[in-house]
Amino acid sequence: MSGILSIIIAALFSQNFILVKFLGICPFLGVSKKVDSALGMGLAVTAVMVITCVVTYPIYTFILLPLGLEYMEILVFILVIAALVQMLEMLLKKFSPGLYSAMGVYLPLVTTNCAILGIAESVIAKATSAESAGFILKDGFFMQYSMGTAALAGLFYGLGFTLAIVLLAGIRQKVDKLNIAKPLRGFPITMIVACFMAMAFYVFTLIG
Amino acid sequence: MKLKRFKEIALDGVVRQNPTFKLVLGTCPTLGLTTAAISCLGMGAAVTFVLICSNVIISLLRNIIPDKVRIPSFIVIIATFVTLTRMVMEAYLPDLYSSLGIFLPLIVVNCIILGRAESFASHNPVGESALDGLFMGLGFTVAITLMGIVREFLGNASFMGIELWDKNVFSIGFFSTSAGAFLTYGLFIAGFTAIQNAIERKAQAKALKA
Repeated sequence: MSGILSIIIAALFSQNFILVKFLGICPFLGVSKKVDSALGMGLAVTAVMVITCVVTYPIYTFILLPLGLEYMEILVFILVIAALVQMLEMLLKKFSPGLYSAMGVYLPLVTTNCAILGIAESVIAKATSAESAGFILKDGFFMQYSMGTAALAGLFYGLGFTLAIVLLAGIRQKVDKLNIAKPLRGFPITMIVACFMAMAFYVFTLIG
Repeated sequence: MKLKRFKEIALDGVVRQNPTFKLVLGTCPTLGLTTAAISCLGMGAAVTFVLICSNVIISLLRNIIPDKVRIPSFIVIIATFVTLTRMVMEAYLPDLYSSLGIFLPLIVVNCIILGRAESFASHNPVGESALDGLFMGLGFTVAITLMGIVREFLGNASFMGIELWDKNVFSIGFFSTSAGAFLTYGLFIAGFTAIQNAIERKAQAKALKA
């Protein structure tokens, strides 16, 4: 039980993908002008992350590893993710047009998002820790990951992503109305806002 | 004519369209790796290699790849070269390999590479695409290495891994944290834009005089 709780805290705060791990910065900067679109993007990322974890974990453990094809992982993961996103988009369009109009437009963007490939790589890296000790996510609990916890990690890392992007969008809506020195407008001021958010999240890394 | 085009591509890659400071692409490694200048150089070299190779191959295949499946095709080509880079680096540069960590496989989804494939290599001849890859890669390398030097100096009191003085005596640890990364990047973009604006204004004034 405490293992699950610590995954949740780590995923939401102390290992936050955007503000602590620097994965998925492009949508963080690009799709954070409005709260609604930030929320749509966040949910799309969360959905794809869960599915990615559920699918790539068995592919790696039961197909690539026994066949000695670990070196193919990047190629396989990126293709699997692209196919999954495409499928999700088609399913949403067919069965839930409302949800599709809310987050469908962000789905193609998700394919080339570092956060998605990042979670696939880090779940796998921890699942086979001996071989990939080089990977940086130093937390130990990915090691005992089974499918369920992998999916749980996907869900909460995705929610952590959503949390950060929605918070930033809320602040940006206010900041963009201010009169700021010309060179600072746009990306630089967003980075500085993100800097203060990262400071707040940094406190969690001290606890965790 | 040839020289003019060469100059244009070089200037675009390193200054006018600098992928890091102007286009703000490939931000994840820029923020994540700049705590040490050495790993920035390594990352820059890896990205430049992948960028040149993928640009050349995509440019060669630009008339064969059907328009509808171009993005998946680009990704497969890029992923192949990233896998290659990763294997070579793991075998010959294990220290660098472990310091780049997860950002090495993530070169696949680096927007700079896919962006150049889409906007340059897919409708330009081979030679120019290779040059574009080289100079875009150089622009990226120079930019992140500069940031790496600044952050390493302020946060760790060292230069390229060489300790300048005891960091407990004087260093600003803030610059090694993730918040410091965002601040440094923001200020660098602002500085770059300010300098570029000043140069443009000067050029305009000159044109008006003449």
